[in-house]
Amino acid sequence: MGGYARRAIDGGLSTGIRGQRSVKNAGEGKLKNEHTFRAKIRTLSDGAATGLAVLSTILVVAPLVAIFVYLVYKGASSLSWAFFSQIPKPVGEVGGGMANAILGSAILLAVGSLIGVPVGISGGIFLAEFGRGTKLAHAVRFTADVLNGVPSIVMGIAVYSLIVVPQGHFSAFSGGVALGIMMIPTVCRTTEEMLLMVPNAVREAALALGVPNWRSVLAITVKTASPGIITGCMLAFARVAGETAPLIFTAFGNVGWNSRLNEPISALPLQIYVYALSPYDDWHRLAWAGSLVLIVLIVLAVSLVRYVTSRGVLKGAS
Amino acid sequence: MTRIRFQQRLEELKEQLLVMAGLAEQAVQRAIEAYRERDLSICDQVSQGETTINRLERDIDQAALDLLATEQPMAGDLRFILSVIKINAELERVGNAAKSISERVRHMERMAVAELPVNIPRMATLASDMVRKSLQSFIAGDAETARSILTMDDAVDAMNKAAFKSLIKVMEEQSHLAPQALNALMISRSLERVADHATNIAEDVIFWVEGADVRHHKSMIRDAEQQGSGGGNAS
Amino acid sequence: MGVGIEVTTLNAWYGTNHALQDINLNIPANQVTALIGPSGCGKSTFVRCLNRMHETDPIARVTGTVLIGDLDIYKDAKPVEIRRRVGMVFQRPNPFPTMSIYDNVAAGLKLNGYSSRHVLDEIVERSLKNSALWDEVKDDLKKKSGASLSGGQQQRLCIARALAVDPEVLLMDEPASALDPVSTAKIEDLIFQLKAQYTIVIVTHNMQQAARVAEKTGFFLNGRMVEFDSTDKIFTNPSDKRTEDYITGRFG
Repeated sequence: MGGYARRAIDGGLSTGIRGQRSVKNAGEGKLKNEHTFRAKIRTLSDGAATGLAVLSTILVVAPLVAIFVYLVYKGASSLSWAFFSQIPKPVGEVGGGMANAILGSAILLAVGSLIGVPVGISGGIFLAEFGRGTKLAHAVRFTADVLNGVPSIVMGIAVYSLIVVPQGHFSAFSGGVALGIMMIPTVCRTTEEMLLMVPNAVREAALALGVPNWRSVLAITVKTASPGIITGCMLAFARVAGETAPLIFTAFGNVGWNSRLNEPISALPLQIYVYALSPYDDWHRLAWAGSLVLIVLIVLAVSLVRYVTSRGVLKGAS
Repeated sequence: MTRIRFQQRLEELKEQLLVMAGLAEQAVQRAIEAYRERDLSICDQVSQGETTINRLERDIDQAALDLLATEQPMAGDLRFILSVIKINAELERVGNAAKSISERVRHMERMAVAELPVNIPRMATLASDMVRKSLQSFIAGDAETARSILTMDDAVDAMNKAAFKSLIKVMEEQSHLAPQALNALMISRSLERVADHATNIAEDVIFWVEGADVRHHKSMIRDAEQQGSGGGNAS
Repeated sequence: MGVGIEVTTLNAWYGTNHALQDINLNIPANQVTALIGPSGCGKSTFVRCLNRMHETDPIARVTGTVLIGDLDIYKDAKPVEIRRRVGMVFQRPNPFPTMSIYDNVAAGLKLNGYSSRHVLDEIVERSLKNSALWDEVKDDLKKKSGASLSGGQQQRLCIARALAVDPEVLLMDEPASALDPVSTAKIEDLIFQLKAQYTIVIVTHNMQQAARVAEKTGFFLNGRMVEFDSTDKIFTNPSDKRTEDYITGRFG
């Protein structure tokens, strides 16, 4: 019985039992109405919040879906076996494909990953496990953040001066380096964060078994955080897969086949950029197709990694 | 202060035991008065009091059991509750002894008054003093007072032995007084028992307060002495 | 077989906080010793000094002597070596989440270089039997992850893991405090069986547990050891009033 009803009765009513009971009921009735009103408001605001959340999700996903749909619309018709197996035809001739660009992107990303992933993960391990609180760790973290903010074109120019100019020629290698450096901050910070999320209890358990610290870090902490670390690598990978600017002055692009690291090489984003800016309709169509292929390949690569790594997970482990 | 509820329950248990103690003391006093006055109505009072004492004994044991089960008492608290349980039993037996005395008085009422060479009232005073003192030591948690009761027991034992001797002599030499002498003997015996119970209560108080188990102290010393002298003789 | 532990003038700090003051203690071999005391009294810190885990905290410092058997663990050995001879089980079960039951138990051995499959199989089975978990998991050793077991089973898994490296001393920091009464009872029975082979030190703030499992009990208060005696004496007639106040629950 709430204060409401009590107040009603305390209001000095001595009308006998029956009288009291009717007063009590009246008090309770008023209480119930208030209660229902508040409940109604609660349900309404709950529904409003849910609606807002759904709306926000739609707003976020919509552009993505729209882009994809538009790409399919514009580019799917130009897809053919030729697209995937032929190199570009000389200007003026119809047809050709972007096979060399696809290969080129693959090589550049491979080189970039070979540079970016180990350096990034090592940096992350250092920041989280060995250098916590030290000045060096501060410096490393700061550097990574700055590196993250460097515009991609500047990155390209930097690698140009550092590698292309001394070597005297554009190369796939320099392109890979540029992409790799861009991967480092993302991989490093994500690795650090994922490692920090590993509960201290796990580290202590390993130490208490008499396992040396470095071994415990590698075999246990890193392994526990590995799903997150892999996600970080994939994020970095997906980001640089679409980068064009750093490749302009490093990989440079190539109209023919190339799989050697020491020579200029083509790349999907680069090729799309060149074709899109060209005045030829044929090349425009190829550009649309290329964009679609680029997105699909990135999605495929990411899914493949997810699938492969999740197959090794045991029953019940998170 | 923590464990307030537990503290309250311990106080309540103590109160209950003291009520029981009061009843037991009163029973002994009444029994002695019945002997002195040869008053049967007082004997009835003792019999009625006995039922209350028995009921209280059950209640106190139950309360102590509940405390043990629900409060996980340790150290001093545990010893206290244990001593309450034991003192409870001793007090019930004091009540029984008082009842025995009043039964003897009933029997003696039908007999002629006889002058017997035994000072029952004095023994009774001693015994009931011991009971009162032992309960005082319990209330105060005073181990020293408790210890002094252990020595008082010797006096009562001596009086009982003397009574035994002289009353046997009466029964042999003045056989017409044998019934009275026998009853007097049994009363003396009951009083000696009361003193023993008071001694036990004192020992339980010492156990509670000091954690020292001083029971069977005298017999253990006697055994040790016998062993010592026996060994000496053998060699 | 277990060994005795002799602690002399042990002092420990966390930065400026003098967490342990002049602790002197002799822990008997092949017995269970319980350490009780209110939160923050230093009992966990003390136990972590016995396997040199205390110093894993960068602001931690220790002085004094700890002899495990004849070995001065601070002077004559490295932390990693000590921790192989002195095992530890923690308050919250902490099996390695990415590893199977088998790998969890074998972790201490594998990570220290042992790889013979045959030997590992044997040790894993023995350890799981010693921690009363074998029958419940023997069919799922490599299929189930350590983290998929119930709380009580996880704790027994951690005990098996600690036993697998064959320590002489087993330190248990409130091993059953996160468990239900049935699991607690199983762990206590286990401790009783284990003491034949190991010296066990158990930190607990469950006094009834200390009373049930330990032969000797030490009462810690504010970084000092107030009283150390046989468990029976501590719980029926302690010598120090502070001990009595703590175990009867009277504060203030």
